[in-house]
Amino acid sequence: MQERMRIRAKELLTSGAVQRVLGWKKGDFPYNPEPAFFTAEHELDDLVYDRFCAANLSGYMVEANKQDGKTLVFLKPCDTYSFNQLTKENRVSRDKAWIIGVGCEGNAEVDEMQEIGLLERCKVCTKTEHKVFDELIGEDIQTREKEDRFEQVSDVEKMSPDERFGFWQNQLSRCIRCNACRNVCPACNCKKCVFDSGKYDTEQKANVTSFEEQMFHIIRAYHVAGRCTDCGECSRVCPQAIDLHLLNRKMIKDINELYGEFQAGDDAETPGPLTDYDADTDADPSVVYERG
Amino acid sequence: MQRIGVFVCHCGTNIAGTVDVAEIVEMAKPEPGVVHAAEYPYMCSEAGQNMIINAVKEHNLSGVVICSCSPRMHEATFRKAAEKAGLNPYMVEIANIREHCSWIHKDKAEATQKALTLTRAAIAKVQLNSPLFPDESPVTKRALVIGGGIAGIQTALDIADAGFEVDIVESTPSIGGKMAQLDKTFPTLDCAACILTPKMVDASAHENITLYTYSQVDKVEGFVGDFTVTIRKKARSVDFEKCTGCGACSEKCPSKKSPSEFDQGLCTRPAIYTPFAQAVPNVPVIDREACLKFKTGKCGLCETVCAPKAINFEQEDELVERKYGAVVMATGYEPVSLDKFGEYSYDSSPDVITSLEFERLTNAAGPTGGALTRLSDKRKPKSVTFIQCVGSRDVTQRGKAYCSKICCMYTAKHAMLIKEKYPDIEVNIFYIDVRTPGKAFDEFYRRAEDEYGVRYIKGQVGKVIDNGDHLQIQAVDMLDNKKMELQTDMVVLATAIEPVESAKSIATMLTASIDTNNFMTEAHPKLRPVESPTAGVFLSGVCQGPKDIPETVAQAGAAAAKVIGLLVKDKLMSNPCTAKPDELYCNGCSVCENVCPYGAISYEDCEVNDHGVREVRRVAQVNKALCQGCGACAVTCPSGAMDLQGFSNRQIQAEVDAICR
Repeated sequence: MQERMRIRAKELLTSGAVQRVLGWKKGDFPYNPEPAFFTAEHELDDLVYDRFCAANLSGYMVEANKQDGKTLVFLKPCDTYSFNQLTKENRVSRDKAWIIGVGCEGNAEVDEMQEIGLLERCKVCTKTEHKVFDELIGEDIQTREKEDRFEQVSDVEKMSPDERFGFWQNQLSRCIRCNACRNVCPACNCKKCVFDSGKYDTEQKANVTSFEEQMFHIIRAYHVAGRCTDCGECSRVCPQAIDLHLLNRKMIKDINELYGEFQAGDDAETPGPLTDYDADTDADPSVVYERG
Repeated sequence: MQRIGVFVCHCGTNIAGTVDVAEIVEMAKPEPGVVHAAEYPYMCSEAGQNMIINAVKEHNLSGVVICSCSPRMHEATFRKAAEKAGLNPYMVEIANIREHCSWIHKDKAEATQKALTLTRAAIAKVQLNSPLFPDESPVTKRALVIGGGIAGIQTALDIADAGFEVDIVESTPSIGGKMAQLDKTFPTLDCAACILTPKMVDASAHENITLYTYSQVDKVEGFVGDFTVTIRKKARSVDFEKCTGCGACSEKCPSKKSPSEFDQGLCTRPAIYTPFAQAVPNVPVIDREACLKFKTGKCGLCETVCAPKAINFEQEDELVERKYGAVVMATGYEPVSLDKFGEYSYDSSPDVITSLEFERLTNAAGPTGGALTRLSDKRKPKSVTFIQCVGSRDVTQRGKAYCSKICCMYTAKHAMLIKEKYPDIEVNIFYIDVRTPGKAFDEFYRRAEDEYGVRYIKGQVGKVIDNGDHLQIQAVDMLDNKKMELQTDMVVLATAIEPVESAKSIATMLTASIDTNNFMTEAHPKLRPVESPTAGVFLSGVCQGPKDIPETVAQAGAAAAKVIGLLVKDKLMSNPCTAKPDELYCNGCSVCENVCPYGAISYEDCEVNDHGVREVRRVAQVNKALCQGCGACAVTCPSGAMDLQGFSNRQIQAEVDAICR
């Protein structure tokens, strides 16, 4: 499959159909291939595709979009949701991308014990189909029994407020504010993040207490609410192994319950439930209030 | 750093009774930027305002904080005072220590602490205020009245008489509304038609009034002074210009089985019809659901008999787009559905009717020519029983918690009308309370009881059973505290009234607010009762709350006066508290555009100079004339590129910080 991807990429690049290729290349270790742009045919020999190619390349299309000409991008099924979401928000133009959907068996990671396992997001994966593509390479062969992606969220919901606060304090106090989650997140694509901006004095707001990073993560979860496709990149890249996806999934679960099932990135048109109001079907605000 | 003056109002004892005003003054003094603090019993009075003006001059103030009532009450007053003193009016901030504090708390120490917190928040905000300057916008000198009942007609006539053009949009084929269906009116018992139909004719003949009957409002855009409204003129299937109103078509129409809307379904009407003989305009419409030509393609009898060739089966809905400076809601009411009130047997017994049906029965122009007969067997009833508060003052889910206000009086009227015509008929009225405030109202009710011998029974009816010949009523007499049974021949239900269903969607189009009962909300319940909180939208008649004809006419005139006051102006000062995007921060995501209820935001590709880097970006633009300053865009913007002038993100954060300090 990797070979088929290289051949097709070379064809498109040499024919001038695309100006560059966005894919993965070998990293320092076999288990961390990294996202890369390829602009010459010979460079494409370094293109890799295996179970460790977990990085969602959609977000990099924001930069590619500013360049002239088309960019070939390889997207796994789940990555196409992020691409749709970025198109919806006018951050990337569909016309400037040539999307090759690539099959996915589920991404692997190496844990602290140096053992290879399946990424959490892949254990609960529901996104088995490419939502946007120009052509497809490889079959999607995920046949595993999937776990319920909201199970962990429900567990946290069942905790008492004190337990829940303790749970999150334990999680979020590990944060070293490396910003990896924000930088990798395809939804976090603001030109200037509010946490880097002197405009509203918000850059210090994250540092007000000893439990200092709670604000950062909670505000980030709110900023991507209704836009997060649950691609799981935040948790994947976190060096402190914080379960950041739980915050986003809590939002998704609430949105589904209050406004009806919604999957961000299902298409590039439907307005998000939080930025669209329908007096007949939307939850009354008091419902939210009663839930506590 | 601003030079801030803090002025704390006692509001008599409204504030000073619960909040230690002197302490607020003392505690405000050391706050950053505060150079002067003072108190006064009535800050909004002339003396109070002069105190502010003098202090601005004496202490060279650059910002003013008034601790008083809600800004909705007196913000404009204090802004004017600041302007007189030479300050920009937007350098005034109000700390609402009355509605948000003294009125809702009892403990003086706690209330004082909260008032102090609110004051600190206002001081922190005014630190970041900057002068704002309103733009001017033009005024289209024409008004739209939605609804052609007595409320709409009166408002339109008053506006038109002042020299402004008015359009009335009415959903039914004729203006006249509910009042046209009534027989006599309380408390004078003069005939409704005699006082209404001349007004209908006046409205139709007035050179400044245009009637759009059988029409509806499809779309509203714009803002005070400059609304653009799309009116859908539903296909009448009759050419307005050619029709002479001779009525030959209705007479010959073979499809005569549709229930007459005007007669509350008590009789039928043809498929081509005018709702009633005095309809204005006297031009029929074809009910396409009932018309044989439309249903089967065969018939066309009306076309054959129409001498001026006015029938047009091909006519389509017509969309008219017009500009208005002001819009008046006069959409009126409907009786509530009785589906959930099975105990009264309304659905199962023809002899149980609503009050509005009774109006048609007793009306000389009604289906029985004014003769009171039972609908089941055409027999004259020996006894008629009225039940009041059907659905009104009912706090259960099925009913309306409010009093429908008109029922006590019209029920007394109905009883009197029966007794006048048929003194031998026994009349009983079940009531919870008899409510008759109003000029000559209580005298009217007492006449019914004392002079006409109408029997008033305090109590609610539990069940009405139709046993063929008679109706059996089971009730409780609350004065005797006993169960009672009563045999009667006819039951009249004083059904609660509610705003028409379409009021909600029209209000949404106008971005005017409605309350939990779908009545339109006033800008201020006491001081601005005929204005909606949305500028340029005015309220007339029952759409705002239950009221009788005299009140409706009075309010209609009041709404007209407000409209005239607006239309005489050549220019309006717009609110400068509008959204302002920062192109350097804008991602071009369009979320603000999607949430803007006023269509004020658009996106353009602009060349942006980002610290020396020039590039073309898709960035948000705000049309200040359309923006109403609601702030939806500012809170939805993920990067903080959108800000609301006068309520900027930094100001709000400063307020929150001051509260959390």
